[in-house]
Amino acid sequence: MQQERSVVERAHPGPATYVKVAVILAIVTVIEVATYYLVDYLQAALIPILLVLSAAKFVLVVGFYMHLKFDAPLLRGMFAWGMTVAIGITLAMLALYKI
Amino acid sequence: MSDSTAVGHVPEAHHTTTGISHNKMLMWAFLASDCMFFGSLIWVYMVYRGRSLEGPYTQEILNIPYTSVSAAVLLLSSLAMVLALHGIQHGDMRRFRVWLGATAALGALFLGGQYFEFTEFYHHGLTLEQNLFGTTFFVLTGFHGTHVGIGIIWLVTLILMSLFGRLTPANAERVEVAGLYWHFVDIVWIVIFTLVYLIPY
Repeated sequence: MQQERSVVERAHPGPATYVKVAVILAIVTVIEVATYYLVDYLQAALIPILLVLSAAKFVLVVGFYMHLKFDAPLLRGMFAWGMTVAIGITLAMLALYKI
Repeated sequence: MSDSTAVGHVPEAHHTTTGISHNKMLMWAFLASDCMFFGSLIWVYMVYRGRSLEGPYTQEILNIPYTSVSAAVLLLSSLAMVLALHGIQHGDMRRFRVWLGATAALGALFLGGQYFEFTEFYHHGLTLEQNLFGTTFFVLTGFHGTHVGIGIIWLVTLILMSLFGRLTPANAERVEVAGLYWHFVDIVWIVIFTLVYLIPY
Protein backbone atom coordinates (compact mmCIF):
# COMPACT_ATOMS: atom_id res chain seq x y z
CA MET A 1 0.00 0.00 0.00
CA GLN A 2 2.85 2.32 0.87
CA GLN A 3 4.41 1.55 -2.49
CA GLU A 4 1.14 2.35 -4.34
CA ARG A 5 0.81 5.59 -2.44
CA SER A 6 4.35 6.63 -3.26
CA VAL A 7 3.54 6.29 -6.97
CA VAL A 8 1.16 9.23 -6.78
CA GLU A 9 2.66 11.28 -3.93
CA ARG A 10 6.03 12.90 -3.36
CA ALA A 11 7.52 13.51 0.08
CA HIS A 12 6.04 16.49 1.91
CA PRO A 13 8.35 19.30 3.01
CA GLY A 14 9.46 19.79 6.62
CA PRO A 15 9.04 22.54 9.24
CA ALA A 16 11.89 24.67 7.87
CA THR A 17 10.13 24.95 4.52
CA TYR A 18 6.81 25.71 6.21
CA VAL A 19 8.40 28.55 8.20
CA LYS A 20 10.05 29.94 5.03
CA VAL A 21 6.67 29.94 3.31
CA ALA A 22 5.13 31.73 6.33
CA VAL A 23 7.82 34.43 6.15
CA ILE A 24 7.14 34.93 2.43
CA LEU A 25 3.39 35.11 3.13
CA ALA A 26 3.98 37.72 5.84
CA ILE A 27 6.16 39.83 3.52
CA VAL A 28 3.60 39.67 0.70
CA THR A 29 0.83 40.66 3.16
CA VAL A 30 2.86 43.68 4.32
CA ILE A 31 3.34 44.71 0.66
CA GLU A 32 -0.40 44.29 0.03
CA VAL A 33 -1.30 46.50 2.97
CA ALA A 34 1.35 49.05 1.94
CA THR A 35 -0.28 49.39 -1.50
CA TYR A 36 -3.47 50.52 0.23
CA TYR A 37 -1.62 53.65 1.37
CA LEU A 38 -0.03 54.20 -2.05
CA VAL A 39 -3.24 54.35 -4.09
CA ASP A 40 -2.41 57.82 -5.46
CA TYR A 41 1.03 56.73 -6.69
CA LEU A 42 0.11 53.32 -8.10
CA GLN A 43 -3.17 54.39 -9.74
CA ALA A 44 -4.07 51.93 -12.55
CA ALA A 45 -1.33 49.49 -11.53
CA LEU A 46 -2.87 48.97 -8.07
CA ILE A 47 -5.50 46.36 -8.95
CA PRO A 48 -3.19 44.15 -11.08
CA ILE A 49 -0.52 44.32 -8.33
CA LEU A 50 -3.03 43.31 -5.63
CA LEU A 51 -4.41 40.46 -7.75
CA VAL A 52 -0.93 39.09 -8.46
CA LEU A 53 0.09 39.30 -4.78
CA SER A 54 -3.14 37.61 -3.71
CA ALA A 55 -2.68 34.85 -6.31
CA ALA A 56 0.90 34.31 -5.09
CA LYS A 57 -0.30 33.83 -1.49
CA PHE A 58 -3.07 31.51 -2.69
CA VAL A 59 -0.63 29.32 -4.66
CA LEU A 60 1.86 29.16 -1.77
CA VAL A 61 -0.75 27.99 0.75
CA VAL A 62 -2.34 25.48 -1.65
CA GLY A 63 1.00 24.21 -2.94
CA PHE A 64 2.96 23.90 0.31
CA TYR A 65 0.54 23.86 3.26
CA MET A 66 -2.14 21.82 1.48
CA HIS A 67 0.63 19.77 -0.19
CA LEU A 68 -1.03 19.97 -3.60
CA LYS A 69 2.41 20.51 -5.16
CA PHE A 70 3.43 17.10 -3.81
CA ASP A 71 0.17 15.13 -3.92
CA ALA A 72 -1.46 13.13 -6.70
CA PRO A 73 -2.20 14.95 -9.98
CA LEU A 74 -5.82 13.77 -9.71
CA LEU A 75 -6.32 15.91 -6.59
CA ARG A 76 -4.78 18.89 -8.39
CA GLY A 77 -7.21 18.32 -11.25
CA MET A 78 -10.22 18.15 -8.93
CA PHE A 79 -9.34 21.40 -7.21
CA ALA A 80 -8.43 23.10 -10.48
CA TRP A 81 -11.85 22.12 -11.85
CA GLY A 82 -13.67 23.79 -8.93
CA MET A 83 -11.47 26.88 -9.18
CA THR A 84 -11.95 27.12 -12.94
CA VAL A 85 -15.73 26.96 -12.65
CA ALA A 86 -15.74 29.52 -9.81
CA ILE A 87 -13.44 31.97 -11.63
CA GLY A 88 -15.26 31.42 -14.95
CA ILE A 89 -18.68 32.16 -13.45
CA THR A 90 -17.32 35.19 -11.59
CA LEU A 91 -15.77 36.66 -14.76
CA ALA A 92 -18.92 35.90 -16.76
CA MET A 93 -21.15 37.63 -14.21
CA LEU A 94 -18.83 40.64 -13.95
CA ALA A 95 -18.92 40.91 -17.76
CA LEU A 96 -22.70 40.51 -17.78
CA TYR A 97 -23.11 43.36 -15.29
CA LYS A 98 -20.40 45.41 -17.09
CA ILE A 99 -18.19 45.70 -14.00
CA MET B 1 13.47 23.51 0.34
CA SER B 2 15.92 20.76 1.10
CA ASP B 3 14.32 19.65 4.34
CA SER B 4 11.89 17.25 2.73
CA THR B 5 10.72 14.44 4.93
CA ALA B 6 8.97 11.26 4.00
CA VAL B 7 5.20 11.15 4.27
CA GLY B 8 4.63 9.84 7.78
CA HIS B 9 2.31 7.14 9.04
CA VAL B 10 -0.27 6.12 6.49
CA PRO B 11 -1.86 2.94 7.88
CA GLU B 12 -5.34 4.37 7.13
CA ALA B 13 -4.50 4.45 3.41
CA HIS B 14 -6.54 1.45 2.32
CA HIS B 15 -6.32 0.00 -1.14
CA THR B 16 -8.28 2.13 -3.60
CA THR B 17 -8.50 2.04 -7.37
CA THR B 18 -6.81 5.43 -7.64
CA GLY B 19 -4.21 4.80 -4.94
CA ILE B 20 -5.53 7.87 -3.14
CA SER B 21 -7.36 7.72 0.19
CA HIS B 22 -11.13 8.17 -0.22
CA ASN B 23 -11.28 10.55 2.75
CA LYS B 24 -8.72 12.84 1.19
CA MET B 25 -10.34 12.70 -2.23
CA LEU B 26 -13.76 13.47 -0.74
CA MET B 27 -12.35 16.47 1.09
CA TRP B 28 -10.79 17.81 -2.13
CA ALA B 29 -14.12 17.28 -3.93
CA PHE B 30 -15.87 19.21 -1.14
CA LEU B 31 -13.30 22.00 -1.34
CA ALA B 32 -13.77 22.21 -5.12
CA SER B 33 -17.52 22.62 -4.56
CA ASP B 34 -16.87 25.18 -1.80
CA CYS B 35 -14.80 27.19 -4.31
CA MET B 36 -17.98 27.55 -6.38
CA PHE B 37 -19.99 28.46 -3.27
CA PHE B 38 -17.63 31.25 -2.25
CA GLY B 39 -17.17 32.22 -5.91
CA SER B 40 -20.92 32.92 -6.08
CA LEU B 41 -20.86 35.04 -2.91
CA ILE B 42 -17.83 36.97 -4.17
CA TRP B 43 -19.28 37.83 -7.58
CA VAL B 44 -22.53 38.96 -5.96
CA TYR B 45 -20.51 41.27 -3.68
CA MET B 46 -18.49 42.57 -6.66
CA VAL B 47 -21.59 43.20 -8.77
CA TYR B 48 -23.36 45.20 -6.05
CA ARG B 49 -20.43 47.04 -4.54
CA GLY B 50 -20.65 50.79 -4.83
CA ARG B 51 -24.36 50.58 -5.68
CA SER B 52 -25.79 51.27 -2.24
CA LEU B 53 -28.32 54.09 -2.34
CA GLU B 54 -27.75 55.06 1.30
CA GLY B 55 -24.88 54.79 3.79
CA PRO B 56 -22.85 53.77 5.54
CA TYR B 57 -20.66 53.17 2.50
CA THR B 58 -17.71 50.81 2.14
CA GLN B 59 -14.94 53.41 2.22
CA GLU B 60 -16.39 55.06 5.36
CA ILE B 61 -16.49 51.94 7.45
CA LEU B 62 -13.78 49.38 6.58
CA ASN B 63 -10.79 49.42 8.93
CA ILE B 64 -7.81 48.18 6.88
CA PRO B 65 -5.13 48.13 9.66
CA TYR B 66 -7.45 46.13 11.92
CA THR B 67 -8.37 43.61 9.21
CA SER B 68 -4.71 43.28 8.19
CA VAL B 69 -3.93 41.98 11.67
CA SER B 70 -6.86 39.53 11.40
CA ALA B 71 -5.53 38.31 8.03
CA ALA B 72 -2.07 37.81 9.56
CA VAL B 73 -3.59 35.84 12.46
CA LEU B 74 -5.34 33.46 10.05
CA LEU B 75 -2.16 33.02 7.98
CA LEU B 76 -0.26 32.22 11.17
CA SER B 77 -2.89 29.62 12.08
CA SER B 78 -2.17 27.86 8.78
CA LEU B 79 1.50 27.56 9.76
CA ALA B 80 0.49 26.14 13.17
CA MET B 81 -1.85 23.65 11.45
CA VAL B 82 0.80 22.28 9.13
CA LEU B 83 3.27 21.99 12.03
CA ALA B 84 0.62 20.03 14.01
CA LEU B 85 0.22 17.66 11.06
CA HIS B 86 3.99 17.22 10.84
CA GLY B 87 4.03 16.44 14.57
CA ILE B 88 1.44 13.64 14.43
CA GLN B 89 2.88 12.21 11.20
CA HIS B 90 6.17 11.80 13.03
CA GLY B 91 4.67 10.37 16.22
CA ASP B 92 5.20 13.47 18.37
CA MET B 93 1.78 13.79 20.05
CA ARG B 94 2.85 16.58 22.41
CA ARG B 95 4.01 18.76 19.51
CA PHE B 96 0.81 17.86 17.66
CA ARG B 97 -1.42 19.00 20.54
CA VAL B 98 0.51 22.22 21.16
CA TRP B 99 0.36 23.30 17.50
CA LEU B 100 -3.23 22.17 17.00
CA GLY B 101 -4.20 24.08 20.16
CA ALA B 102 -2.39 27.13 18.77
CA THR B 103 -4.28 26.74 15.49
CA ALA B 104 -7.65 26.63 17.27
CA ALA B 105 -6.68 29.58 19.50
CA LEU B 106 -5.62 31.69 16.50
CA GLY B 107 -8.85 30.74 14.74
CA ALA B 108 -10.82 31.82 17.81
CA LEU B 109 -8.86 35.09 17.87
CA PHE B 110 -9.79 35.70 14.23
CA LEU B 111 -13.44 34.91 14.96
CA GLY B 112 -13.42 37.23 17.99
CA GLY B 113 -11.97 39.95 15.77
CA GLN B 114 -14.73 39.40 13.24
CA TYR B 115 -17.36 39.61 15.98
CA PHE B 116 -15.85 42.93 17.13
CA GLU B 117 -15.79 44.21 13.53
CA PHE B 118 -19.42 43.23 12.97
CA THR B 119 -20.58 44.92 16.20
CA GLU B 120 -18.60 48.07 15.29
CA PHE B 121 -20.32 48.15 11.90
CA TYR B 122 -23.68 47.63 13.58
CA HIS B 123 -23.06 50.62 15.85
CA HIS B 124 -22.25 52.67 12.72
CA GLY B 125 -25.64 51.74 11.30
CA LEU B 126 -24.58 48.97 8.93
CA THR B 127 -26.91 45.98 9.21
CA LEU B 128 -27.84 43.07 6.97
CA GLU B 129 -30.86 45.01 5.69
CA GLN B 130 -29.42 48.55 5.62
CA ASN B 131 -28.09 48.58 2.06
CA LEU B 132 -26.57 46.39 -0.68
CA PHE B 133 -23.11 46.69 0.86
CA GLY B 134 -24.38 45.48 4.24
CA THR B 135 -26.25 42.53 2.75
CA THR B 136 -23.48 41.26 0.48
CA PHE B 137 -20.67 41.99 2.99
CA PHE B 138 -22.30 40.27 5.96
CA VAL B 139 -23.39 37.24 3.93
CA LEU B 140 -19.92 36.75 2.41
CA THR B 141 -17.83 37.32 5.54
CA GLY B 142 -20.47 35.68 7.76
CA PHE B 143 -20.33 32.44 5.80
CA HIS B 144 -16.54 32.56 5.97
CA GLY B 145 -16.73 33.08 9.74
CA THR B 146 -19.11 30.11 9.98
CA HIS B 147 -16.52 27.99 8.18
CA VAL B 148 -13.88 29.15 10.68
CA GLY B 149 -16.22 28.28 13.58
CA ILE B 150 -16.82 24.77 12.21
CA GLY B 151 -13.06 24.39 11.77
CA ILE B 152 -12.39 25.35 15.40
CA ILE B 153 -14.94 22.77 16.64
CA TRP B 154 -13.27 20.15 14.42
CA LEU B 155 -9.77 20.98 15.73
CA VAL B 156 -10.85 20.95 19.38
CA THR B 157 -12.55 17.59 18.78
CA LEU B 158 -9.28 16.21 17.40
CA ILE B 159 -7.36 17.47 20.45
CA LEU B 160 -9.89 15.84 22.80
CA MET B 161 -9.78 12.59 20.81
CA SER B 162 -5.98 12.55 21.09
CA LEU B 163 -6.19 13.13 24.86
CA PHE B 164 -8.54 10.16 25.24
CA GLY B 165 -6.38 7.94 23.05
CA ARG B 166 -8.83 7.91 20.14
CA LEU B 167 -6.40 9.67 17.82
CA THR B 168 -2.89 8.31 17.35
CA PRO B 169 -0.15 8.71 14.72
CA ALA B 170 -1.80 5.77 12.95
CA ASN B 171 -4.78 8.08 12.26
CA ALA B 172 -2.70 11.02 11.03
CA GLU B 173 -4.76 11.19 7.87
CA ARG B 174 -7.73 12.49 9.91
CA VAL B 175 -5.61 15.47 10.87
CA GLU B 176 -4.45 15.91 7.27
CA VAL B 177 -8.09 16.08 6.08
CA ALA B 178 -8.98 18.59 8.82
CA GLY B 179 -5.89 20.57 7.82
CA LEU B 180 -7.04 20.74 4.20
CA TYR B 181 -10.31 22.27 5.38
CA TRP B 182 -8.49 24.76 7.63
CA HIS B 183 -6.07 25.89 4.91
CA PHE B 184 -8.99 26.30 2.52
CA VAL B 185 -10.62 28.69 5.00
CA ASP B 186 -7.33 30.61 4.98
CA ILE B 187 -7.12 30.87 1.17
CA VAL B 188 -10.73 32.06 0.98
CA TRP B 189 -9.79 34.87 3.36
CA ILE B 190 -6.76 35.72 1.20
CA VAL B 191 -9.18 36.33 -1.69
CA ILE B 192 -11.78 38.17 0.44
CA PHE B 193 -9.12 40.40 2.01
CA THR B 194 -7.96 41.55 -1.43
CA LEU B 195 -11.31 41.87 -3.21
CA VAL B 196 -13.40 43.25 -0.35
CA TYR B 197 -10.94 45.25 1.75
CA LEU B 198 -7.93 46.29 -0.33
CA ILE B 199 -9.21 47.00 -3.85
CA PRO B 200 -10.64 50.53 -3.92
CA TYR B 201 -13.40 51.67 -6.28
